[in-house]
Amino acid sequence: MNTPARYNRSIDWVTVLLYLLLVGVGWLNVYAASYSPDAPANPLSTLSFGQLMDFNWFKQIVWIGTALILIMVLLVIDPKAYDTFAFGLYGVMIVLLIVTPFIARPIAGSRSWLELGPVRLQPAEFAKFITALAASRYLASINLRQQSFRDQLVLAGLTLLPPLLIIAANETGQALVFGAFLLAYFREGMSPLILLLLAAGGVILLLALLVPKLWLVAAFTVILLIVLFANRRALLHHLPLAIGTWVVVIGMVFGVDFFFNSVLQDHQRKRIEILLNPSSDPLGVGWNVTQSKIAIGSGGLAGKGFLQGTQTKFDFVPEQSTDFIFCTVGEEWGWVGTLATIVLFMVLLMRVVYVAERQKSVFGRTYGYCVASIIFFHFCVNIGMTIGLAPVVGIPLPFFSYGGSSLWSFTTLLFILLAIDAARKQDLERY
Amino acid sequence: MQYLEGRKYIVQAIFLAVALVFATRLFYIQVLDGSYKLAADRNTLQRIVQPPYRGLIYDRKGQILVQNTPVYDLMVVPREVKQLDTLRFSELLQLPLADVREALQTARNFSRVKASPLVQNLSTRELAAIQDNLIDFPGFSVKARMARSYSTHNMAHALGYVGSITPKLLERPQYSKYQPGEFLGITGLESFYEKQLMGRRGVQYRMVNVRGIEKGAFRGGEYDTLSVAGQDLHLSLDSDLQAYAEKLMAGKRGSVVALDPKTGEILVFVSAPMFDPEMLSGNGMGNRYMELLNNPEQPLFNRPLMATYPPGSTFKLINELVALQAGVVTPQTGFPCNWKLVRCTHRHENPTNVGIAIKQSCNPYFYQVMRATVLRGRSSNRFEDARLGLGEWRRKVMDFGLGEKLGVDMGQEKKGLIPSPEFYDKRNGHHRWTFRTVYSLSIGQGEIGITGLQMANVMATIANRGWYYTPHFVRSVGQSGPLPEYKIQHTVGVDPIHFEEIIPGMQSVVDGRGGTGSNASLLDMGISVAGKTGTVQNPHGEDHATFAAFAPAQDPKIAIVVFIENGGFGGSSAAPLASLVMEKYLRGQVAPWRHHWEEWLPGSADRFIVRRRH
Repeated sequence: MNTPARYNRSIDWVTVLLYLLLVGVGWLNVYAASYSPDAPANPLSTLSFGQLMDFNWFKQIVWIGTALILIMVLLVIDPKAYDTFAFGLYGVMIVLLIVTPFIARPIAGSRSWLELGPVRLQPAEFAKFITALAASRYLASINLRQQSFRDQLVLAGLTLLPPLLIIAANETGQALVFGAFLLAYFREGMSPLILLLLAAGGVILLLALLVPKLWLVAAFTVILLIVLFANRRALLHHLPLAIGTWVVVIGMVFGVDFFFNSVLQDHQRKRIEILLNPSSDPLGVGWNVTQSKIAIGSGGLAGKGFLQGTQTKFDFVPEQSTDFIFCTVGEEWGWVGTLATIVLFMVLLMRVVYVAERQKSVFGRTYGYCVASIIFFHFCVNIGMTIGLAPVVGIPLPFFSYGGSSLWSFTTLLFILLAIDAARKQDLERY
Repeated sequence: MQYLEGRKYIVQAIFLAVALVFATRLFYIQVLDGSYKLAADRNTLQRIVQPPYRGLIYDRKGQILVQNTPVYDLMVVPREVKQLDTLRFSELLQLPLADVREALQTARNFSRVKASPLVQNLSTRELAAIQDNLIDFPGFSVKARMARSYSTHNMAHALGYVGSITPKLLERPQYSKYQPGEFLGITGLESFYEKQLMGRRGVQYRMVNVRGIEKGAFRGGEYDTLSVAGQDLHLSLDSDLQAYAEKLMAGKRGSVVALDPKTGEILVFVSAPMFDPEMLSGNGMGNRYMELLNNPEQPLFNRPLMATYPPGSTFKLINELVALQAGVVTPQTGFPCNWKLVRCTHRHENPTNVGIAIKQSCNPYFYQVMRATVLRGRSSNRFEDARLGLGEWRRKVMDFGLGEKLGVDMGQEKKGLIPSPEFYDKRNGHHRWTFRTVYSLSIGQGEIGITGLQMANVMATIANRGWYYTPHFVRSVGQSGPLPEYKIQHTVGVDPIHFEEIIPGMQSVVDGRGGTGSNASLLDMGISVAGKTGTVQNPHGEDHATFAAFAPAQDPKIAIVVFIENGGFGGSSAAPLASLVMEKYLRGQVAPWRHHWEEWLPGSADRFIVRRRH
């Protein structure tokens, strides 16, 4: 029987420490972002609980407190349960994702929030770790050495179903996160070609948007002809592949317009346009990115100091305590602060990979990589968008951004891994 | 599966690569690129400029001339204007509908979110008429401002006026601190002393949030400054004397400039026709400005500074002084009034000395004086001799402050022209001209051009026997006296003895029997006036009348030049006008038997045309 006491020896305290650091620093920034100079000097003693709940920084304390309780619960649960109930949870989640758009009230253009009394939850947040559990469970159950095409198809379906449902609920940002699973699958043996092809596809799409199409076609054709010429002895052997590639690439180049204009929604298209040309619409869609960059850029080397950020304090940066929390870091702590944050995330990710690698079970290791990949994806896209390197996608910065749903989901994601990790020695004892 | 374990390095490498890209990018935008800091300040910092109180202007006796009174600008923020009933609005403002529409469009073009003036310079009374109704028109507000008002109806040309800064001026570096629509001195003293009158703007930095709502002082007001009022100007102009001179010049074109020779202070500065300085202030000043601009009499033209005329006979004095200093003539030198190349206007006694020549304004005499100065056999080539001689002569003449800007404390001043040998080389060809080409210069005619102010300064120089202070209007900026350049004494390179040699002649012009300037005599009051008449040929019409003088001859307190365009003979119009101003200045009043001049002089110059030039 597991008891919390047994965890004392085996829980990965380094990760716990990193978690607490990230949450703590995150809270300081949420406080700075939602701090108002007009508020009473000593709000904790002068305001009632209800009044305090008007402040994001106070609510975040509540969310952090509940997250700590959540951690206790997660550590008490027998880790085998995650393995055992992975598919069951997955099923419940799929049902929830399906019914949510029908029973949820619309908030900010999407029906994805469930309200349980005072608490609002976004099932999409929890879909991440549940899908991670289910995928890990599935990968552990098949013979990796002899995986069939059917197995791969099931895994793909398992991974793609939740994001499709989430897209249906109009939360595209949350859906994109599932792309991060590819990194975990890659570790478990997925062909690197898939990653390379995806990367190449991304580059071609980007070029198609930036460079005149005929040039692109001409350049690509020339490169292909040179490659073919270099391999002219096996010309006939390579020709079908070459022609196939040519057709696909040309198709992509010209398909970009169709995709861009007909598949993407207006706001998504604009976000990509802004990324390519930030000054195209400075007061409209570009406002967020422009102001975000101004806030971060004005921080300088050492920042303006805690609570001294003018851009965030005076509401120039939108969503400043949630998706754009990194602006407060950048403005008040400068490059020193942003670098420290990046290093902190890197140390956490390296530690999670380390923890994942020391798992003896495929389930534990895959799940560990899923955790790292999901956190990494959020880190990438969130910070990327605040500094104009990624399109504006409404996903939070793990542990930093204000919000109960996201804090709980990342806490759960991470501490399930720690629970599994703490129990790995018992696995050995058992088997 | 052992080989797959190596893939953890690839995953880690991907993580680190992204971290590196982010760190680099952040280093660029946070540390290397300063533009984001500027953008952040633009976002949050609002500069509120407090215009300082413009300095006042007083006359010689401490009487106030120019002060500030509050006026009101009707401002509009186009974005906040909601469903404007333009018809009702234009009725309220009592402006044509088209004007209102046009003004609104101009405001929209400037900015939709910033306030810009729709109607400027409303008086307190005009404001009261519309203020209560303004509440029905959102987007419009009233901004109080100080505008110039005048306690005098005279000396508009000297005072100048203030107006809102033009877009062209805004581009100049020295006006970089001005805001569009801000007022500054456009002409005259208001313009020249803009820096002193302006004072220092107060600046307050306020932080604003994204909705433009104030969030308090920036850094506790550490960078805020209070405005400092501009310095007052104390003019040397005598407003009573000025009013008197302007009254006498009414109906004419021309100028009167009077100086205190001992200090270079300008006592009277008349540019006729005159206008009331109040015309270029307050509501409707734009229209009145256009009226003045289109007036064929050109009242805006600052004649004493900008109109250059051939000085006529008054210039003979300078020729004589240059010749005396050069030693080519003595006061006892006589030349025949021989009518060879130049004629005289009348028969007169033989000019056996310089006194008679000046008194009779003998043209042949001064022709021969200048000939002696210029042609001195410096070269055997007569062309070259004239060329060298004229160059030498010109340098001496220019020492009197002619042919160059004097440096009076007012812009717009013209240099005038003392023609150089190069001037004639260019016109006639090198070595294609001799003294016979330039002889008109000897009697102040021809290509030469001199401003009224320059001529007055020459009179002051003669009065001082050889030195002058640069003429100036402002005897004190605040309490600190005139600008330093007006405390420097200039000498003209002619010994005092030579002045003493010509002054008796000038006195006899006025006081002698049959002198050309006898109408200016104040001998009956015991004041000896030294002067010289001039009658300037003018291709466009009647001769211009001039009279230049100073008094009292032995202890000069005032030097004056009167120039009346198309006024005919200088002795009959310009001379009495100058004597009235001098008497008024020296005695404080005019003798009763000269009151008929006061009656007769004002009005058109036509009445003076009785005789031809002397």
